[in-house]
Amino acid sequence: MIPAAFDYLAPTTLDEAVALLDRHGGQAKVLAGGQSLLPLLKLRLGQVGLLVDLGRVPGLEYIKEEGGFLRVGAATRESALERSDLVRSKYPILVDTAAVIADPLVRNRATVGGNLAHGDPANDHPATMLALGATVVARGPKGERTIPIEQFFTGLFSTALAANEILTEVRIPVPPPGSGGAYLKLERKVGDFATAGAAVQLVLGSGSRIEKVGIGLTAMGEVPVKATDAEASLRGKTPDPKVLAEAARLAARAANPTVDRRGSVEYKREMARVLTERALRRAIERAGGKR
Amino acid sequence: MTPKTSAAVCGMGHSMKRKEDPRFIRGQGRYVDDIQLPGMLYMDIVRSPYAHATIKAIDISQALKVPGVLAVITGQDLAKYNLHWMPTLMSDTQMVLPTDTVMYQSQEVAAVIATSRYAAADGVDAVEVDYEPLPVVVDPFKALEPGAPVLRTDKKGKTDNHIFHWEVGDRAGTERHFAAADVRVKQDIYLPRIHVASIETCGCIADFDKAMGKLTVYMTTQAPHAIRTVFALVAGHVGLSEERIRIVSPDLGGGFGGKVPVYPGYVIAVAASVLIGKPVKWIEDRMENLQADSFARDYHMTAELAARKDGTITGLRIKTIADHGYADAAANPSKFPAGLFSICTGSYDIKHAFTELDGVYTNKPPGGVAYRCSFRVTEAVHAIERITDVLALELKMDPAELRMKNFIPPEKFPYKSVLGWEYDSGNYAAALAKAMKLIGYADLRREQAEKRKRGELMGIGISSFTEIVGAGPSKDFDILGIKMFDSAEIRVHPTGKAIARFGTKSQGQGHETTYAQIVAEELGIPAQDIAVEEGDTDTAPYGLGTYASRSTPVAGAAGAMAARKIRDKARKIAAHLLEVAEEDLEWEPGKFSVKGAPQKAKTIQEIAFAAYTNHPQGMEAGLEATSYYDPPNLTFPFGSYICVVDIDRGTGMVKIRRFVAVDDCGNIINPMIVDGQIHGGLTMGMAPALLEEISYDEEGNIQGGSFMDYLVPTAMETPRWEVDKTVTPSPHHPLGAKGVGESATVGAPPAIVNAVVDALAHLGVRHIDIPITPEKVWTILKEKGVAE
Amino acid sequence: MSSHSIRVSVNGAAHEATVDARYLLVHLLRETLRLTGTHIGCDTTHCGACTVLLDGEPVKSCTVLAVQADGRDVMTVEGLEQGGKLDPVQEGFWQEHGLQCGFCTPGMLMTSYALLKRNPDPSEGEIREAISGNLCRCTGYVNIVKSIQYAAAKRHAEVS
Repeated sequence: MIPAAFDYLAPTTLDEAVALLDRHGGQAKVLAGGQSLLPLLKLRLGQVGLLVDLGRVPGLEYIKEEGGFLRVGAATRESALERSDLVRSKYPILVDTAAVIADPLVRNRATVGGNLAHGDPANDHPATMLALGATVVARGPKGERTIPIEQFFTGLFSTALAANEILTEVRIPVPPPGSGGAYLKLERKVGDFATAGAAVQLVLGSGSRIEKVGIGLTAMGEVPVKATDAEASLRGKTPDPKVLAEAARLAARAANPTVDRRGSVEYKREMARVLTERALRRAIERAGGKR
Repeated sequence: MTPKTSAAVCGMGHSMKRKEDPRFIRGQGRYVDDIQLPGMLYMDIVRSPYAHATIKAIDISQALKVPGVLAVITGQDLAKYNLHWMPTLMSDTQMVLPTDTVMYQSQEVAAVIATSRYAAADGVDAVEVDYEPLPVVVDPFKALEPGAPVLRTDKKGKTDNHIFHWEVGDRAGTERHFAAADVRVKQDIYLPRIHVASIETCGCIADFDKAMGKLTVYMTTQAPHAIRTVFALVAGHVGLSEERIRIVSPDLGGGFGGKVPVYPGYVIAVAASVLIGKPVKWIEDRMENLQADSFARDYHMTAELAARKDGTITGLRIKTIADHGYADAAANPSKFPAGLFSICTGSYDIKHAFTELDGVYTNKPPGGVAYRCSFRVTEAVHAIERITDVLALELKMDPAELRMKNFIPPEKFPYKSVLGWEYDSGNYAAALAKAMKLIGYADLRREQAEKRKRGELMGIGISSFTEIVGAGPSKDFDILGIKMFDSAEIRVHPTGKAIARFGTKSQGQGHETTYAQIVAEELGIPAQDIAVEEGDTDTAPYGLGTYASRSTPVAGAAGAMAARKIRDKARKIAAHLLEVAEEDLEWEPGKFSVKGAPQKAKTIQEIAFAAYTNHPQGMEAGLEATSYYDPPNLTFPFGSYICVVDIDRGTGMVKIRRFVAVDDCGNIINPMIVDGQIHGGLTMGMAPALLEEISYDEEGNIQGGSFMDYLVPTAMETPRWEVDKTVTPSPHHPLGAKGVGESATVGAPPAIVNAVVDALAHLGVRHIDIPITPEKVWTILKEKGVAE
Repeated sequence: MSSHSIRVSVNGAAHEATVDARYLLVHLLRETLRLTGTHIGCDTTHCGACTVLLDGEPVKSCTVLAVQADGRDVMTVEGLEQGGKLDPVQEGFWQEHGLQCGFCTPGMLMTSYALLKRNPDPSEGEIREAISGNLCRCTGYVNIVKSIQYAAAKRHAEVS
């Protein structure tokens, strides 16, 4: 319940924050919403020497379309994402995702950036960002760089961010006409991590063929899973039940869950299949296609 | 039921808004952790990561270096005062702190005393304990096998892990009957461990005043007087004397049985305060609460019914292995090691019955009746209602029809069951008929038939339960020898207001309102004018506390009886004031009037004033009375619940579409409060049925030891409960009331299980153990080839 | 272990304190400011008994550091009653029996208060979703929903 002692600083600029991380190496951790980090510290699972609070750094909370991308500031609260008119109208998959992260109270503090930077395959945004083909923007001592989401998750609780880098923004390509997406999460109760989660973002082109598709899976391995075989099986095809069932089967094959109280390996894999199929149908429906 | 009193008086039957709410809605409740005393220290506990281990060494040197840490207490320290072991409420023994061996994961091993909560936590982190793991026993069946490690080596001459054997009924006769029966069904039923997890955890502030030799303990306890006496008996040898022990149970954030046992943390805090001479506060974390506090259930039952082909149930047999953890610390009445399990013949007129149970030691926390179970009635009802449905399947009979056929009919009450209980009153068929009407049973069966053709899975489950509460008559009921009466002390003030104190202790049941309504009913003093107090052993009359739904049946009765004694004296005073004979007076709530001359009357307020200013010569002044009520029998609330579920063939998730609960708790004091109890109880019935479970792996590591994995339902998982009533008063209770606090936790789980099994029965499913997780259902669907 | 001077406005009153970095906001409120209406019910950020408003948004104060509240506005249950008048949510919980033991109640009240400010006409589904971060063991939620519906109606009546 009570964390071990640590030091704390709240810089007022991004550069200051980066400099602090640079100076303190592995001993410093970024504090954004704190809804993943503080629970860990309270259970004394994981020591930290210095918390660098981004809460006083301005300019990290925004949701806007610019230059062909939806740009979401890393410190944007999940509840803001859920409530944004822009997101609700054009990126329902993001609303699906935000709305099932923890519970409404946690979402008032939790940030989109934190949900990604924590590197937890059981968090919900990673799968969605994989399906969307998002890009992560990071700021380090040498400046800014972009990291494609497919390269971002490198291992359990580890990402491509260096110890002295801060995730500042997520960029999502503005969806072209014929786009649809959905995120479905199976959880034992509200507030739980996913037993399984499937994110689908696709584009239906002429003749209702699937032109583009991205499928991401939550809680199906040490890193969030991009179901590339499933995606390949869908491209160019019209979404009839057999095609969707096959894609879902391929997605489940890419899943590598571990057994825990949420379920056995077999059950979770099958749930990845069921949710992928359902998310595909929902995405198609939203894209204007028939179920 | 139309109330007899006006809304102004607000006696029984009124949905009076609660008198205690004004402080709670302002955040001005006074829970144990809200209390701060001058010089108060904080205690935190070092706990064992192993389920069974020898303690080689405890190194407290680093902990003592932590700023703010004053002391670390170990079992060796307590052993000096013979306080390292203590008796349990079932006359077993359990450790306060171990001197050599730990027996369950998260067992208390040492306690850190510090000047702040944060320093105490740091101190706990710095205590180094060297353990040598020992073989772990977690399976109670394996625990009984010859050659299993013997756990209670502290008991001289103990060579096995068997605690006790209990049986009731006619073993031989029932066996013969089963052998000759037309139809027999048998089912293994396991109710796993669960934890009640009230939102406030347990804790205390022990405050020993060295100068006066007085110990005050603010404590999360449902039974403050029993605690006081236990402390006096256990610690009398270190100078604690009952008149100088005060237990104060302030506002409690839920109890449900979890705040009845004496936990080691309380005793250590008391010892620390006595040794140091300062107040010591101990408040457990949620994980400590889930992992070390008293659990409930953990019954491995095998239930059997014998019946005739026409569906008449003629015999019942249940054999149970009860996993008690490493000590029998269940808070049962002492003669009932299996609680009131023998209510297992349920609502049915069963002529042959036998049940036996064996308690077993394992490397788990001790307990376990701490989850709104009415002393194991949850277990008994789960068994009978499940096996009844198994029989219905066997006979291809509708489960409602099977129940109606076997209900004890109203004219048979008071009904003596073959297992020894005398049910006071009941009308089971009426309750079930009402529930069936409310839910539209016939339409649902038609809908189910159509859906089945399309491969859709929907189920309807019934539970028609009989509860048994109000422990209990002194000839059979005691806790550690203290009889289970309860008490009320009422004093009416000169200005006609009153104070009423009781030996029970509300943890949210609304006694400040309901007891006032009882007294208002009997005396006609407005309930708003009656202050109700509980929980301070220095002022409250001796009682056994609130659990097992006993408050209304026992203490509520005491309140009525004390009020009637006051009324008797009031009559005398009124006669004196009106200058008539007592027999010439007529009573209506709040007033005595002369028969035939109603304008000649005295209100209770006028009488009260006179009791202090104009009492008859030769009579004592004042207007008060005390009653210690010894109930002549238990009371038997009952009900019928019907649950409708839909199953997702893809995920196995069970959704409760509708749930109708028809309850009968006799005459109702406050309908609003009764409904609230039922809503809450239904939710605590659904939770074990679908979500909650505490289990252990082979090493004795707990699974489900935090809210991450111990799944307490939110408003999203909880359906909108539909509740209704029938009213069949108790013939022996002074108010005809029965108690209702645990009816819904008892009745709901089998209704839900029965519904899920019903949804899958056409596939050959007869039983599923709770919690019915989506994975369990999905596994069945897969096996049967109907998964999506 | 760093120590920090902070200034937090709680229920409209400014407070200064010197706290360790690790000091939780819930402890600042309960222990330092002696506002014990906010409760602690778990250690894994699940139960919501500690819910307060931070700059108007309901959050779990056990999972916020006191230093993060520096310069910010906190509202607790003690701030609901104004000028001797109960807030509609408080009235609703009393009228509709939305509490039994009262331990989850302050958290429920703060979440409901924030909900009705944002959404004055919530459906039952929206209410249940809004309180899904607040656990209750006593009431089974039925009357909590009714309490919030009562409060919504009362707020409308007061405005008109």
